[in-house]
Amino acid sequence: MTVLHRLPLIFAAVLAAALARPAAAQEPIRLGELNSYKAFASFLEPYRKGWELALEEVNSAGGVLGRRVEIVSRDDNGNPGDAVRVAEELLTREKVAFIMGTFPSNVGLAVADFARQKKVFFLASEPLTDKIVWDNGNRYTFRLQASTYMQTAMLVPDAARLKKKRWAIVYPNYEYGQSATRAFKELLKKAQPDVEFVAEQATPLGKIDAGAVVQALADARPDAIFSSLFAGDFARFVREGSTRGLFKGREVFNLLAGWPEYLDPLKDEAPEGWYVTGYPWYAISTPAHDRFLAAYRKRWNDTPRAGSVVGYATVLTAAAAIRKAGSLDTEKLVAAMKGLRVDTPFGSIVFRALDHQSTLGAYVGRTGVKDGKGVMTSWRYADGTQFLPSDAEVRKLRPAE
Amino acid sequence: MSSIAIQLLNGLANASTLFLVAAGLSLIFGVTRIVNFAHGSLTMLGIYAAYSFIAKLGVTPLGFWGGVVAAALVVGAFGALIEIALLRRVYRSPELFQLLATFALTLMVKDFALWFWGAEDLLGPRAPGLHGSVQILGAPFPEYDLVLIAIGPAVLTALWLLLRRTRWGRLVRAATQDRDMVAALGVNQKWLFTGVFALGAALAGLGGALEIPREPAQLSLDIAAISDAFVVVVVGGMGSLPGAFLAALVIGEVKALCVGLGFSKLTLVVEFVVMAIVLVLRPQGLLGKPWESARDAADVEPLRPYGRASNVAAVIGVAALAALPLATTGYALVLAIDIFVFALFAASLQFILGPGGMVSFGHAAYLGLGAYGAGLLLKQAGWPMEAALAAAPLAAAAGAALFGWFCVRLSGVYLAMLTLAFAQIAWSVVHQWDAFTGGSNGLVGVWPARWLESRPAFYLLTLALAAGAVWLLRRALFAPFGYALRAARDSPLRAGAIGIDVQRIQWTAFAVAGAFAGLAGGLFAFSKGSISPDSTMGVSRSIDALVMVLLGGVQTLAGPFVGAAAFTWLQDAIARNFDYWRALLGAAILAIVLFFPRGIVGTLRERFRRRERAG
Repeated sequence: MTVLHRLPLIFAAVLAAALARPAAAQEPIRLGELNSYKAFASFLEPYRKGWELALEEVNSAGGVLGRRVEIVSRDDNGNPGDAVRVAEELLTREKVAFIMGTFPSNVGLAVADFARQKKVFFLASEPLTDKIVWDNGNRYTFRLQASTYMQTAMLVPDAARLKKKRWAIVYPNYEYGQSATRAFKELLKKAQPDVEFVAEQATPLGKIDAGAVVQALADARPDAIFSSLFAGDFARFVREGSTRGLFKGREVFNLLAGWPEYLDPLKDEAPEGWYVTGYPWYAISTPAHDRFLAAYRKRWNDTPRAGSVVGYATVLTAAAAIRKAGSLDTEKLVAAMKGLRVDTPFGSIVFRALDHQSTLGAYVGRTGVKDGKGVMTSWRYADGTQFLPSDAEVRKLRPAE
Repeated sequence: MSSIAIQLLNGLANASTLFLVAAGLSLIFGVTRIVNFAHGSLTMLGIYAAYSFIAKLGVTPLGFWGGVVAAALVVGAFGALIEIALLRRVYRSPELFQLLATFALTLMVKDFALWFWGAEDLLGPRAPGLHGSVQILGAPFPEYDLVLIAIGPAVLTALWLLLRRTRWGRLVRAATQDRDMVAALGVNQKWLFTGVFALGAALAGLGGALEIPREPAQLSLDIAAISDAFVVVVVGGMGSLPGAFLAALVIGEVKALCVGLGFSKLTLVVEFVVMAIVLVLRPQGLLGKPWESARDAADVEPLRPYGRASNVAAVIGVAALAALPLATTGYALVLAIDIFVFALFAASLQFILGPGGMVSFGHAAYLGLGAYGAGLLLKQAGWPMEAALAAAPLAAAAGAALFGWFCVRLSGVYLAMLTLAFAQIAWSVVHQWDAFTGGSNGLVGVWPARWLESRPAFYLLTLALAAGAVWLLRRALFAPFGYALRAARDSPLRAGAIGIDVQRIQWTAFAVAGAFAGLAGGLFAFSKGSISPDSTMGVSRSIDALVMVLLGGVQTLAGPFVGAAAFTWLQDAIARNFDYWRALLGAAILAIVLFFPRGIVGTLRERFRRRERAG
């Protein structure tokens, strides 16, 4: 008998072996994760460390539903087209139960719409765009990170309290910066009707012409400045602005600038007295955060960044959702996600049934320099719950299911 | 008024480092005719190296300036190494093939920098003794920027003396004008090329290193630097250093004025607008000389139609692909859809690049116009999906006809850069027109009609359209139109003399290529369900298409398909399995470059023919 003749027999044997394998309970739960690890490395390397830590903790505590959890992680190249292909690969080849991750807004939105089309649960961990839960919100997508709107709203009370009349604005020229600017102007105008916006600078992402921008802002003689710059643009703006005396006698607000990812590179040149959203890991002392901090340092011999917390909380959310659903069925998962409570290093958060946004907050405070490093001082935790529009407004924004 | 004066000074400071990087690129291109894609990576290495050197040497005046110079020297040495170890092996390859090698280098350098310096941005120290500001017209102006303003003209003068007053400089100028003649006169070209490459690289490194007090070292600097440098070189005129200086000034000033006068949104694209205007009005750049076509430009073997055996093989191949859904409905189909879409996209580029002899650095514009045409008709106008898809090629062809009308008036790298300029302008319009195109987020919900929703159905649609389109493109090449197109490439003068309207033929080809790229764009949109400016019309899409065509072989009919398949499959397979996937993808491309110096199909065909002749 040739090999060819034996083929059916071999197939039958393999099939029998497959069917005879011990109950599926022993097989790990496979989850898919995709992110732009190479395109946005400074945020996403800590993010990866965060979720790897959480995964190890979940598994050493016995996994979920008595099964070990496995995460199949992929690089989406920072590109929505590639991301959709990667998502398909995770679902079809790797047979993952659901997908999570993504960083840039356009990738997050593309994967969210893919999830809607394919009826797959998608946990968007980081994309900040408001649209992912509002204008383009869908049944299958839930978002963890506090959105652009929420983080902007967290800064507005301080901005309004200062009663500054002339404001200048600088933002990276893409959706995040545009949304932050729109939300800030709207909210501040509401709180302080006599406010004037005297200059607006939209800078190309990653390519700010800092000298010219600083000069143009100074020429407008504002009383205060609102910025949503981050990463390299932020560093250049700070250095150029302090050399040219732009910040002297002016109040400055900057979204995300308290994130260690963006503040640390400035070392002792970190700005002082700016109002920022961020993550003062060195100063938070809650039992939940202490535990996370100790575990993170032990595992990675490094200090956490904002990305670390997001990665960590993503896996905790995934595990909690499966536990509550008691199954990997998409509809059950989606039902479980609505109103799901998760204990994160920042405290307990809830995924709102209304718009699938988590109530994860951010730390709001002012920057300072301590021991040659930028830190946040006089900070407080801003709970996301308080910085969302009213339910009626959200319903207007979000398409009905 | 004084604020405008300050903005002009800001422009001058930016122009200096811009000039240094561009001068290096211009020198390298002038002598070696290599479009050095890795030039931005060299700039990035310069700033990272300066960061490390200064940290080692200490933040003293000696440590700072010593570190800057050391960084430039190290990058120069790295440039020499690249030239000797890599580029020497591919000088004999077809035009532009070296671009592939330098593209692979950019991937490897980026991952090297990530591995060596880490992911976090590194903000270097301020220059010792120059960290303050001086009052100019009542506004504080950084001292270091004043030094930068002086460095630009100083380097220009030094380079001018080097090129005008030394024997080496004379040889470089001679080689820029006619390198074959220089070789014929007994000059050892090898070392001349190595020297020029090292000098160019050192200038790139210096340009990066000098930025260290002004911006953090980060991993996205390479792309930012390369596109700026290209624009400056082309606006100034390829190979002209004073031109590069002038162009750097113009662009630095225009950008600063945009910011100063309240048109900051324009900075996204203003350099490309300047470039487009300059190229349309003055095709050889501000101070460039009219283009001397290289002697070996027409050294291309004529295309031959497939024989019966090849035709049968092609039909069997398509039939086999059509049967694939019987074997699997899984990920293989997803990957195959991507490959077909990109194969069609690459084939449309190859149509103007190979037979047409027109290089496009901005072909993604037409992919994007097709994708957005289809997406907008579906979402905004409520057209059915089939009609929207059918309109995709028309939208793209219209755009290609408009842009092409200007482009075909140029040739060589100038033409390529004008296509890039138009692509960037189109990109920035889509990127900023929030209300209509969805801005930087793009459009979501662009899914196929119900009957095409299943994966096998969409796969078959893509296969049918891609195969049909490629067949049409080939058919066109062996029609009188195709012969005229190839004649126009091989000798525009003779083609004109026998009554061919060269520009009209090329213009038509441009529009046709745009139409097929648009069809690929429509398919792309519906296969992904969403489109965004970056994923459809970004620079990297254009580069991907070039890479695919070059990988396969420029002057081959099967090249685009093989190149698209190889590139897409490699990227998918490597990215899935390795953290440092970019470096590995770069290494794989380098291996192909070295072992298949005429592209995969081109080299195989050559070997096959040689054996045929021998046997």
